[in-house]
Amino acid sequence: MAKVVYNGLVPTPSLLGFTVPVTAALGGFFGLLAGQATGIGAGLGIVSGAIAGAIIAYVLATMLPYKTGRWATIGVIGIIGLLTGGAMGLVVGLCAGAILGWCAYWLHLGKYRRSLPPYATTGQVLWHNTFKFICGAILFFLVAPIVTIIPLSFNAQDFFTFTPEMLSLDPAGYSLKHYQDFFTNQDWLRPMKNSLIIAPFATIISVTLGTLAAIGLSQSHVPFRRAIMAILISPMIVPLIISATGMFFFYSQMGLWMEDTFGISKSLSGYIKVILAHAALGIPFVIITVTATLVGFDNSLTRAAANMGATPTVTFFRVQMPLILPGVISGALFAFITSFDEVVVVLFVGAAAQKTLPWQMFTGLREQISPTILAVATILVCVSIMLLATLEILRRRSERLRGMSPT
Amino acid sequence: MVAADGRPLKASLNRALRRQKMRSLMLIAPLLLFIMITFIVPIGQMLFRSVENTIVSDTLPRTTASLGDWSVKSGEAPSEDVFYALTQDMVVAAEGKNHTRLGSRLNYEAPGISSLFRKSGRGVDKIGGDYGDAFVALDPAFKDSTTFADLIASPAWLEAVAEDPEDAKTRYFRVNPDIAEILPYTSDAYAAFARFYQDEGKKSPLKAKLWNTVYLALYQDLSRNGDPALEGDIGAKLTAAAAIVPDLEVEVLSEAFRKIDKDWLDPQVWTLMKRYSPKITNGYFLNSIDMQKTVDGPAWRDEDQQIYLTLFWRTLLMSVTITASCILLGYPVAWLLANLQARTANLLMIFVLLPFWTSLLVRTSAWKILLQQQGVINDILVWLGIVSDGGRLALINNATGTIIAMTHILLPFMILPLYSVMKTIPPAYLRAAKSLGATDWTAFWRVYFPQSVPGIGAGSILVFILSIGYYITPEIVGGTKGVFISNRIAYHISSSLNWGLAAALGTILLAVVMLLYWAYDRIVGIDNVKLGG
Repeated sequence: MAKVVYNGLVPTPSLLGFTVPVTAALGGFFGLLAGQATGIGAGLGIVSGAIAGAIIAYVLATMLPYKTGRWATIGVIGIIGLLTGGAMGLVVGLCAGAILGWCAYWLHLGKYRRSLPPYATTGQVLWHNTFKFICGAILFFLVAPIVTIIPLSFNAQDFFTFTPEMLSLDPAGYSLKHYQDFFTNQDWLRPMKNSLIIAPFATIISVTLGTLAAIGLSQSHVPFRRAIMAILISPMIVPLIISATGMFFFYSQMGLWMEDTFGISKSLSGYIKVILAHAALGIPFVIITVTATLVGFDNSLTRAAANMGATPTVTFFRVQMPLILPGVISGALFAFITSFDEVVVVLFVGAAAQKTLPWQMFTGLREQISPTILAVATILVCVSIMLLATLEILRRRSERLRGMSPT
Repeated sequence: MVAADGRPLKASLNRALRRQKMRSLMLIAPLLLFIMITFIVPIGQMLFRSVENTIVSDTLPRTTASLGDWSVKSGEAPSEDVFYALTQDMVVAAEGKNHTRLGSRLNYEAPGISSLFRKSGRGVDKIGGDYGDAFVALDPAFKDSTTFADLIASPAWLEAVAEDPEDAKTRYFRVNPDIAEILPYTSDAYAAFARFYQDEGKKSPLKAKLWNTVYLALYQDLSRNGDPALEGDIGAKLTAAAAIVPDLEVEVLSEAFRKIDKDWLDPQVWTLMKRYSPKITNGYFLNSIDMQKTVDGPAWRDEDQQIYLTLFWRTLLMSVTITASCILLGYPVAWLLANLQARTANLLMIFVLLPFWTSLLVRTSAWKILLQQQGVINDILVWLGIVSDGGRLALINNATGTIIAMTHILLPFMILPLYSVMKTIPPAYLRAAKSLGATDWTAFWRVYFPQSVPGIGAGSILVFILSIGYYITPEIVGGTKGVFISNRIAYHISSSLNWGLAAALGTILLAVVMLLYWAYDRIVGIDNVKLGG
């Protein structure tokens, strides 16, 4: 029986029987990619990659300590990349070096089974790591499309794919011209302005009415609670196309009625229609987030306030509101993004004067697709990252306030 | 037992409870009212529109009434009475340009019929002209609208108009009931003429040029009942007119319509009008499941005209596929997130929440760009030598594109409910199962999986409901083979303008969604919907 060397609690795997071949396989895979990219051929690429992988694994495992070994691999493969593929080669080489070095140590030091009990069988270890790999791939699938369009938006050409200049990291391959187009072209600026008019008003309506109703709903004795809740949530459940169809019929009559009765202009009544429609769509989100916050609200606080002589209004603004504010704000963010992102309803209810940013993007995608869409998309991704960060901060604050352990 | 103010405690408590209920209802009321007006009423109106069919009976009221005696099975065009009614109706419709609307409505049921109505609108006002010429030649007073108004209008109306001639434009024209009994056709035709000008509001009916239908109606009255023998000046004129009526050449109305378009003698046209004359129709619903009305009741359309059942079936099938791929991709990720340390899990959660918060249009445009023939994915595949440059994969404008893009877009809606359910399953159960001798698979399948089923149920219904009504993504990446029923609804709203059919298709879709919503409420409870972890 072979002698088992332990590294901490986990046994060190066989060097020549496991670490070297697996790293060589990974090296071979990188070699395949490099061979395709540089044109030396897939077969030669695999062979040279595998040999390089085997050497790296052996050298790192037997001669170099962890940190030195990692940096050395990154440096060596980075230089090889620079010599064969220029600037892009350098970047790819650095990444490949980092991965190969990490892989060699990960295998050699037995880190791959660190989170498993020592008695786990080979099959279990293999499955555990395959599972992690699969999850990684799915998470990659989730963000890759969004991340890919960011560099594409700096394309100097009107193409929707990476040009050779971009791939070789040539500065001439990149430009801000699509952003410039976005910020100077009235076809984009007017929809942007419309979106920024409609979304805030819709948000104000849905947050004001929604918060009041959520407070009412969270009290202990509400008659017909389930039915009311079902009605209030329905704009979220009914498919948008059906809401849009219904609203199309109703709002066109309502628009005419408003123009006749109040004598307002067609454009103003158009805005009012879209704002009302968007407010209705945003309300379920406000209701859900605010009721969720109110679940943790201690009702004895309002009683205490009343006991000390505060009127219901004062109690609401000075006691209840500060405590449920995080929920209200995240509800408002949901309502805002619902309106800001919404296409179907505005397409049916609005007129050309109310064209919003998503509408313009939709037209662009359906008819003549212009690369400016990529610049707009990138800006919107940045906006959603900011919203996400705000929500996360609010969530932590509300958990702290409620005395939950911060995570 | 009494409260501090001396009332019985029970009554006092009841009153407090009632007050509390009222207060919470008062808080909810504004929003409930708002949602009712801005959302529920429009949806209800759409439901109504899917069966509403007033256009035929509104545009051709006399014709639809007189068609009651005509049998669809008779195999020939209806009687002269029906054609008389049609003349009267068509002139009113043509003057108000409503005949083309009716034509396009009936065109949904029988393509080609709209040209029949357009043509007839132009020719119908000539009918009865010969009678008019004869009457006017007999006595020029018959040329004058006021002659008829003096005869037919109710005394009150005439008095009011005599005081203020402008009143004729607005004051609703009323018929003298005595005259209506003696001259039923003429009073009906003149009232229709007068009311038409009043609705338009531009011209006084007393000053407008008389329609030929009024003479046609007068001829009808006089030829049927002879001399009405009225008193006064007008009575004498009518007696004179009645005297020449037997000598006038009879204008056969069905013949006149045949000259305009021979289709008017086709019983099929009349069958169609009779079938769509009720105010409520199931025609739109039959259309939306590829059926049509026939003489023998509802029947399937020809194979080559069937599109909606295929579309419904495809929508269901693709929604199921999308839901299944979301379960397949979402389950491992949710498991990983639920079982990692909180710090790492929160970090990885960003990967799920970022797409969730990113604009739908951004994600759809990303897929449109990635999946193109010359797009990034095909470029990489060609570069790796997996496909040849000539054999680039068709990933977009078909069902594949829709499924890939929608799985990506809806995946967070699967992961988040799954995650929140899995978070509540204690990891100790799995360890206990294993320590009792279960293999990994048995422990997962018999212990862990059953506890995660509510999460799968919640996520699946959510994803399924969302995907079944999706419009934007299939429209952009779906081409013709990857579109859903919702795209067809949008098409009928904005391009073909067949709103009734759009409403019927929407109603069917809504019924399916409501069923699922009810199931969701039973399984998860609508109050338990959580957003973003």
